[in-house]
Amino acid sequence: MSTADSFAAVFGSRPNGPTRPVEHTAAELVAAVRAGTLSPAEIWAEYAALAADDDLNAYLWRAETDPGADPAAPLAGVPVAVKDLFCTEGVPSAAASRILEGYLPPYTATVVQRLLDAGAPMLAKTNMDEFAMGSSNENSAFGPVANPWDRTRVPGGSSGGSAAAVAAGLAPWAIGTDTGGSIRQPAALCGIVGLKPTYGTVSRYGMIAFASSLDQAGPLTRDVTDAALALRHMVGRDVCDSTSTGHPEEIALPTAERLDGLRFGVPPELTGDGVEPGVRAVFEATLARIEELGGTVTEVSLPHSGHAISAYYVLAPAEASANLARFDGVRYGRRADGDGDLLSLYEQTREEGFGPEVKRRIMLGTYALSSGYYDAYYGRAQRVRTKIAEDFKAAFEQVDAIVTPTSPTVAFALGERTADPLAMYLSDVLTVPMSLAGIPAISIPGGLAGGLPVGIQLAGPAFAENRVLDVAHALEQAIDFRAEAAAHG
Amino acid sequence: MAETAYEPVIGLEIHVQLKTRTKMFCGCALSFGEEPNTRTCPVCLGLPGTLPVVNAQAVQFGLEIGLALGCELAPRSIFHRKNYFYPDLPKGYQVSQYDIPLARDGRLGEVRIHRVHLEEDAAKLVHAGASGRIHSAEASDVDFNRGGTPLVEIVSEPDLRDAASAAEWLRLLRATLRRLGVSDVNMEEGSLRCDANVSLRPAGSDTLGVKTELKNMNSFRFIERGIDAEIARQEAILRAGGRIEQETLHYDVRSGAISSLRSKEEAHDYRYLPEPDLVPVVPTAEMVERARAAIPELPADRAARFTDQLGLAEGQARLLAFRTEVGDFFEAALAAGDGAVAAPALANWTCNELLAALGEGADPAESKVTPAALAALVRMVAAKEVSSSAGKEVLAKLVADGGEPAAIVAEAGLGRADEGELAAIVERAMADQADAVAKVRAGNEKAIGAIIGAIMRETKGRADGGEVQRLIRERL
Amino acid sequence: MIDRDQVLHVARLARLRLTDAEVEAMTGELSTILDHIEKIGELDLDDVAPTSHVVALENVLRADEPRPSLPRDVALSQAPDSDGVGFRVPSPGA
Repeated sequence: MSTADSFAAVFGSRPNGPTRPVEHTAAELVAAVRAGTLSPAEIWAEYAALAADDDLNAYLWRAETDPGADPAAPLAGVPVAVKDLFCTEGVPSAAASRILEGYLPPYTATVVQRLLDAGAPMLAKTNMDEFAMGSSNENSAFGPVANPWDRTRVPGGSSGGSAAAVAAGLAPWAIGTDTGGSIRQPAALCGIVGLKPTYGTVSRYGMIAFASSLDQAGPLTRDVTDAALALRHMVGRDVCDSTSTGHPEEIALPTAERLDGLRFGVPPELTGDGVEPGVRAVFEATLARIEELGGTVTEVSLPHSGHAISAYYVLAPAEASANLARFDGVRYGRRADGDGDLLSLYEQTREEGFGPEVKRRIMLGTYALSSGYYDAYYGRAQRVRTKIAEDFKAAFEQVDAIVTPTSPTVAFALGERTADPLAMYLSDVLTVPMSLAGIPAISIPGGLAGGLPVGIQLAGPAFAENRVLDVAHALEQAIDFRAEAAAHG
Repeated sequence: MAETAYEPVIGLEIHVQLKTRTKMFCGCALSFGEEPNTRTCPVCLGLPGTLPVVNAQAVQFGLEIGLALGCELAPRSIFHRKNYFYPDLPKGYQVSQYDIPLARDGRLGEVRIHRVHLEEDAAKLVHAGASGRIHSAEASDVDFNRGGTPLVEIVSEPDLRDAASAAEWLRLLRATLRRLGVSDVNMEEGSLRCDANVSLRPAGSDTLGVKTELKNMNSFRFIERGIDAEIARQEAILRAGGRIEQETLHYDVRSGAISSLRSKEEAHDYRYLPEPDLVPVVPTAEMVERARAAIPELPADRAARFTDQLGLAEGQARLLAFRTEVGDFFEAALAAGDGAVAAPALANWTCNELLAALGEGADPAESKVTPAALAALVRMVAAKEVSSSAGKEVLAKLVADGGEPAAIVAEAGLGRADEGELAAIVERAMADQADAVAKVRAGNEKAIGAIIGAIMRETKGRADGGEVQRLIRERL
Repeated sequence: MIDRDQVLHVARLARLRLTDAEVEAMTGELSTILDHIEKIGELDLDDVAPTSHVVALENVLRADEPRPSLPRDVALSQAPDSDGVGFRVPSPGA
C-alpha cells in the first residue's frame, strides 16, 4: 500500500466503518484486539509494511522485527512512532543531528518505556528538526519531511516526522515533544491532533534536552480519544526527573458531546492581523460551532502574549546553549579530525556537527547569558514569563478554556522561510505563550483552507487535561473533519 | 624616606568532598581508587537526555557545615549552571550554587565565613604522555569516577593577614569538619582542597588591592609557603612601581616559583543561569533540627572549655581539641580519675609523654593504655608515690603490655624510694664522690651532676630528682 | 546591533569555529532577531519576580543509596577515542 493510499485510509470516507488495521484509530485497534478481531501480529505486520514504504522521509529508523506484544496489555500491542529526540536503548537516537549520528543510548527514555510497558512497542524513530529547533522539519540533518496533504509543503516542526507519519497512516499514533509549539503546530499543519501536556506531568528523563523549562513530551494522534489514551500511559512522577510532578488526576477517555455552560475566551492579541484569511475563516466557523454546542465565546485579554515570542527566543536558546554544551566530541557522537589540539577538537566538532539553526540558537543563547547581558535579556525574559503566566491565570478566572488558531498560516512551501529565521520563529506566535505558562494545550483539525488543514488550539489551566480533552472531543465530533477531508478528496 | 609598609589580605576558598555514599546528583557509589570509569552512569557521564537528582544526605551535611560555621541558612536556595568547556566537565557546565547559596555570613575563630554552598566535583584528567609530565603530554585520559562527587565550597572573608595564620585557620577548619564527620578532609587524597586569594594594600588602608588566586597547594606547609611566596612576589612588583594583574596562579612547591595558570584573556565568562532541571532546597524545621542535633562539640568550643573550665594551657587545649581521639581519651582519663587527678597534669602526660610513647598520629583508644590506667599513673606521680622518670618507665610498660600502674610499680620495684633509704644512699654517694662534693662547696655547681647521676643509677630512677638535690644540699 | 567582533567572541565562548561566511550571515541574522527581542525592553517589569522554576516543587531529594554503575565497556562504548580504560582527548595544556 502506498503512502497515498494509507493517507486516504486515514482521512477518506469509511462507509462501512474501518476494516484494515490502518483505517482504525489506536483506540479502535485496542478494542479490536480485545474483541479478538485483530491480533497484535496483524497490526504490526501492516504497519511494518507501511513504514517500509515511507516516501515522506518521516522515518529515520524502523524496527526490523515484531516484538511480540501482549494482547492483554492496556495498549494491546498498538505500535507507536517515537520522535528521534527520545533516547531508546540500542537504537539510533540522534535528535536528527549529525553530531549524534549513529549514537546508541544505553538506556530508554522513561515515557517510551512506560508506553512499551503498557503494550505499545516502538515502530520507528521519526524525523524532526535538529534538536527540536524549528517549525518546518527543514532543519533535520537527514533531509526534510513532506506534508502528506501536499508534498511541496512542510509538515511543520519540530515533530514533523511524527505528524506526517500519523497523518499519512504510517503509524497509528506517535509521540513528539513540544517546547514552543513543536507538537501542536505540526499537528495543525497535518490535520491531526497534537497535545502538549502541563509542564511536569510527563517525565523528561531520556528526552534529549532543548529547553529544559519548556520541553514536554506528548501524543500526536488521529483523534482526541487516542490522545487521551496515550497520555494516560505517559503521565506519572518519575524519580529520575526532579521537575516531574505527575498528574493529580487519572486521565480519562473523553465523553463530552456538548459544551453547555462552558466559557471560551478568545484573546485579541493572538487572533489579530498575523492570522491569514483562510485560517481566520475556519477559526470563526469553529467559534460558531462552539456556540451551537452551548458554549459561550467572549473576548479575554492576554496582555503580554505579544511579547511571548521575544521572551521565548531568549529563554529557550539560553537553556539550549547550556544543554548542547555536552556535545563536544569527548564521550559520544561525532568527533572532528581537527588540528590535534583540544580547542580545535571542540570548535571543529561542533561546527561540523551542528546545523545552521542550531548554531544560530546556541549563539543567541550564549550571547543572552554572557557577561553584561544577563539582566537585559535572560533576566527580563524570565519576568515576561511571569507576566504571561499571570495573564493566563487571570483569564481562567473568567473562562474555562482559551481558543485560538494553532498556526497563523496553513502549511507553507518547502524553502519558503528558510532564508528568514525570524519569519520562521513567528510560526510559533500562537503556541509559545502556553509553553511559557506551562499550561496544557491541544490542537485539533478545525477544517480546510485551500485544501490544507487548519488547526484549532484549546488551552486550559494547569492540570486541566481532562477538561481540555473533553472540550476538544465534543468540538471534534461537531466539526467532523474527516467528512470535510473525504469530501475534498 | 621610609618605605611603604604593605599589609597582606588573604581569603581562602575551600572545597570539601563529602562523605556520602553516593554522588551529588546520581546513585553511583563514591569511588576510592577503583579502576577508571567503573563508577559512572548516564547521569554523571552527561549522556544526552539525563537529569540530576539531589542527594538528600549531601544537603544534610551541607546544613551541618553551615550551622557549625555559625552561618545563616538560606530559607530557600537554588542551584545554578556554571558554564565552561573542559574535558573533565561532561555536561559542559557544573551544577553549583551562585547567588542564593545554602548558607552565608558565619564565623570560625577569627575569620568570617562569606558563604557555604553545594556543587558537584569534576572528573579526573590523567595525562597520558610518554613522560607523564603535564606540559609535555600530548594526550590525556578522562576518568569519570570522581565526576559528580558531592562538594561543599566554603569561602572565607579576606580576614587573614599572613600565611601562618591562614595555615593555622585552615587547620582549625579541617579539625572542625573532621569532628563533624562530613568528610575525610585529607589534603593528600583530595578530599580537602584549598585555594588562596592574596592581595596587598598599604598598611592602614581599608581599600582592597588587586587579588590573585593561588591554586593547587595540597598541604598545609605548601599553602603557607605558597602564600608567603605570593606576598613576596606582589610586594616586589608594587615596590618597583608596577601593578598586580588579576590572574590565577600556580605555586610550584619544588622550585618555589609562581606561574600563571590562566591569563586575563582566557578568564572565564561562566554565564550562570538557574538550573532548570532542579527545584529549590527549602530546609524544613525538621531538616535543620536534624542537622543541629548531629553537630558534636566542635574543636573551637572544646578548646575554649579546656582553657576556661579545666585551666589547661592554650597549646595543649588546642592539641586536645583539634585531635578528637586524643581529646576523647584525655576526657575519659579525667573522668576515670574521679577528681583525684588534676587536669593540667593529666594534659601534660597525655600531650607529651603518651603521644611520644605511642608515636605520631596514633589513636590512644587503639593502644593498650586505658584511660583509667593513665589517670592512675598521673595520680601516683603527683602524689610522689613514683618519680616522674619511673613514671615514664611505667608508661612504656603500659604501652607495651597494658595493665595497671600500681601492679607494674610493685612488680618492677619502681616505687619511690622512701626518705630514710634515700638519705642513706645520698650519704653513701657523697662519701664516694668526695671530690665532686668539694667542687660543689667551692662553687662549681655543675659538679653536683655526678653525685645526682650516681644516686639515680643506684635507685634505678625511683628517686625524685628534686628530692635528691635537696638531700644533697642539706648535707653539703 | 551585534557586530562582527561580538559574534566572534560569542562563537569562541560557544566553541563554534564559524566560517567567514557564517560569521557574516550570523551577524545579520542575530541582529534582526535581537531587534525583535528588544521589544521586551519596552515593558515595565521592575516589580515582577522572575520565573526561574516552573513547577511548584521543593526539596526533591534522593536517598543516599548506591545504585549499580554502568559496566566500563558500556560507558566507553560510544567513545570516539578510547583505550578501553579512559576517554582520550588532546591534553588541555598542549
